[in-house]
Amino acid sequence: MSAEAVVADHGHDEHATTTGLSHTKLAMWVFLGSECLLFGGLISTYLLYKTRGNGRTLPTDVFDIPFTSVSSFVLLMSSLTMVLALSAVSRGEAEAGRTWLLATALLGGVFIGGQVYEFTSFVREGVAFTTNPASSAFFTLTGFHGVHVSLGIVMLMSLFVASLKGKLTQRNAETVEIVGLYWHFVDIVWIFIFTVIYLIPAD
Amino acid sequence: MSDTATSEHPEHSEPGAGAADEHHDDEGHAHPSDWAYVKIAVVLALITALEVFTYFETVLDWGVALVPSLIFMMIVKFYLVATWFMHLRFDSKLFGRMFTAGLVLAVGVYLVTLTVFEFWV
Repeated sequence: MSAEAVVADHGHDEHATTTGLSHTKLAMWVFLGSECLLFGGLISTYLLYKTRGNGRTLPTDVFDIPFTSVSSFVLLMSSLTMVLALSAVSRGEAEAGRTWLLATALLGGVFIGGQVYEFTSFVREGVAFTTNPASSAFFTLTGFHGVHVSLGIVMLMSLFVASLKGKLTQRNAETVEIVGLYWHFVDIVWIFIFTVIYLIPAD
Repeated sequence: MSDTATSEHPEHSEPGAGAADEHHDDEGHAHPSDWAYVKIAVVLALITALEVFTYFETVLDWGVALVPSLIFMMIVKFYLVATWFMHLRFDSKLFGRMFTAGLVLAVGVYLVTLTVFEFWV
């Protein structure tokens, strides 16, 4: 592929690359591949320890599936608003892009609020971080995911502010796409967690 | 979901305000219309509802089919988000290979680990 081929529709003419692909996007995909190993380790640890309660309450005993189902649905729908934000920015519709970015951040905020509520209710029911190996593994896994979502919200709000300042245009829509890839990744990690940790019976 | 869901059909290009014709990424690949994204989201929502249904449903006896069914639905959701929302279906295959490499490595390593703990420890 020639260098000219990488001159983007969005005007990334300053980013001609030897591969003909955006190195930023490629780097994000490599990063996401490495994140699979991080979450794979955390999920595996939980699966190994999920029945080790040391005679105390297990996380599976206090799961609130209806509540977590709503949280999962909220995060899933935030992926839709994220992709609609990218679509709008790519078309040069700054205001629509801002609206969808803000909607995505709000949905992420609702998810995090739900997770905080879930954690506090678990602690009230006797399942804290150091209660047993199962609870440690559970809080570590879901806590790491929550941190990822929170970082995603920070990135989304940064894009929102940049858009308000007129710095987020059709020309740099790839920035929205990079953040979007990260956001969709935390969504698919939760798709995995919701099924494997919450829905599949413990024994 | 076929490729016809992309904005080759302009009449399906907009769920809300404004035009939503196809847009292109840095490599010039066409991305789907907004309407196609909405349709994918509806499918994802329905699958999620079905997953939750299996948890509450007590009439049907899922038996040994429960876990494979849940895993199948999870993989379908994962695939739809990765291919449509993350654009792997439309972007360079190199991006997908980078991600798949990490994913396969993770699944492989941890399946071996879990197997070791299950059968040899």
